[in-house]
Amino acid sequence: MRHGVARFVTGFLALPVGLYLFYVVWPFLQAAGYSLTDWGGYSDRQQFVGLENYLRLFTDELIRKAFWHNVFFLVTVPLCTIALALFLAFLLNVGGREDKAGIRGVFGSGLYKVIFFFPQVLSLVVIAVMWQQIYRADGQGLVNGVLMKIGLVAEDDPITFMYDPEPFLGVPAVLWWLLLIAVWSGAGFYMVLFSAAMQSIPKDIYEAAILDGAGRFHTFFRITLPLLRDTVSVAWVYLGFIALDMFALVYIMTPSQGGPNHASEIFASVIHFNAFQKGQFGYACAIAVALAIFTILLAAFQLKITRRERIEY
Amino acid sequence: MSTVTHTPGGQAGPGQAPPPGRTPGRRAAVGGRAGAKFFNGFSHLFLAVWAIMVVYPLLWVVMSALKTDAEVIRKPLSLFPERLQWDNFVRAWTEGHIGSFFLNTVLVLTGSVFLTMLLGSMAAYVLARYDFPGNRLIYYMFLSGLTLPIYLAAVPLFKGVYNMGVTLPFLGPNKHLMLILVYVAWSLAFTVFFMHSFFRTLPTAIAEAGMVDGASHSRLFFSVMLPMAKPGLISIGIFNVLGQWNQWYLPTLLMQSVAGEPKNQVISQGLIELSVNQGYQSDWSGLFAGVTMAMLPVLIVYIVFQRQVQSGLTAGVGK
Repeated sequence: MRHGVARFVTGFLALPVGLYLFYVVWPFLQAAGYSLTDWGGYSDRQQFVGLENYLRLFTDELIRKAFWHNVFFLVTVPLCTIALALFLAFLLNVGGREDKAGIRGVFGSGLYKVIFFFPQVLSLVVIAVMWQQIYRADGQGLVNGVLMKIGLVAEDDPITFMYDPEPFLGVPAVLWWLLLIAVWSGAGFYMVLFSAAMQSIPKDIYEAAILDGAGRFHTFFRITLPLLRDTVSVAWVYLGFIALDMFALVYIMTPSQGGPNHASEIFASVIHFNAFQKGQFGYACAIAVALAIFTILLAAFQLKITRRERIEY
Repeated sequence: MSTVTHTPGGQAGPGQAPPPGRTPGRRAAVGGRAGAKFFNGFSHLFLAVWAIMVVYPLLWVVMSALKTDAEVIRKPLSLFPERLQWDNFVRAWTEGHIGSFFLNTVLVLTGSVFLTMLLGSMAAYVLARYDFPGNRLIYYMFLSGLTLPIYLAAVPLFKGVYNMGVTLPFLGPNKHLMLILVYVAWSLAFTVFFMHSFFRTLPTAIAEAGMVDGASHSRLFFSVMLPMAKPGLISIGIFNVLGQWNQWYLPTLLMQSVAGEPKNQVISQGLIELSVNQGYQSDWSGLFAGVTMAMLPVLIVYIVFQRQVQSGLTAGVGK
């Protein structure tokens, strides 16, 4: 019997673990090793340089830029997406008429949910290519075209979107435009998530609140929102990962994958730039290891601050 | 009562006075009812505006795909093409190679999703249900893959695949089977994590009964546990289908042409290339047709199975 168990366990684990080791773990370990060398990526020549690559991180102007851009996305993407998603979920679930059964969701809320979820099933590439056309810097683009038609933008002075490195509130305009896409594509999904969480809150809590004379705003802010805390903090962690990974948009949409003039560089694009364009592979690996450490610390930190006693109902 | 704060321009005026209480005899205060009406209208307005912001760009892409190039340039905004140009789709399908992108994607996904589900739930089941030395180690090894950025592994991964291709050509770069295995490996982390927590919640009594009846361990897994885990499998299946359909970085890295043979591109990768090339050729309607063909199938599948897709994906986050 014992023997059978051992054979069964090995048999079931061999293939998945083998694949995972070869295609995921081994490349990661190699990358960590390369980060201590000056390997260019193509030649066979590589020399051990110790921590030199890591020290160079701290003086690299591009890294500093990328770091702040990542921080910008880390703050704004979750904040804007969650705020909008909560607001939409609030309108959907509380915006309806009142009757004997209490406050209802708006009429047609099912349809709205289906529509808002659309961007979630589209691939990032489709979204990026589509928004490239929407953001065209001439009258052929959707936004410029509409704004020109109603006279808000002059024909000879269109919004340049992805080509605009000018800072707005201290952050290059191109990043704000990318943020808009991220929020557009994420809000619907989190709205559905919040909406489901709202509906799982038992009705009698609301009934009690209404008996006590609370209106819909009070109920929302004093009851719904606090009970959604868990869901919101999970959403925050997930959106944090998404914010660290805006690379698809940057790669496809911005000029020279991080431009113009490095105005939209993020960690991933700096890694890509160093590894594949400058041929400094060892250094690129060092950046990537630093990013990995940063990500893990951030995830641990987020989990720690958002963890709180669970409210059971 | 201060019900004002939230909505802009909201219920200032008479509407806000008393809270819409459940007064006996259904005599809700008149003001409250007017406020509710207003709020209801505002909700609809805002929701409708957002719905338009979501749908309009998609509709615009589809409609532009049915215009001539001249029309795309002359009347970029109109949603009604003068004459429907179905040949844009034909052009994108053949000259833009969307047809072969589709074929490649379907070939790869059929294998990779099936294998991900099979291997992922096998590993998760063993890790969740059997105690053996190294169990935790393997579990955390899978878990750590969730946080590490893929770019870190890019070049070593390419090198590994390239070297593999020297000895085993069918596992080299630009091969379907290689991409299938890479997709499986990279999807295992989340699949194992998700199914692990799912298998933990399944009751042990049934498994024990099966054992008493003399079922072998693998028999127990395939005919008892796997069917019981069906809801979890559906969730993670939807998650994997969408995730692997959306993959663009791994194929861009690994499906590169070696020795001059044409690339076996998948849809996302091909679309990126199309958007660059069509820009040079100014074949805008062809590009729109390509984007349309890449997004319509997923959207249609979603609309048909919307409930499963929504709950499947949100369950993935809820864990």
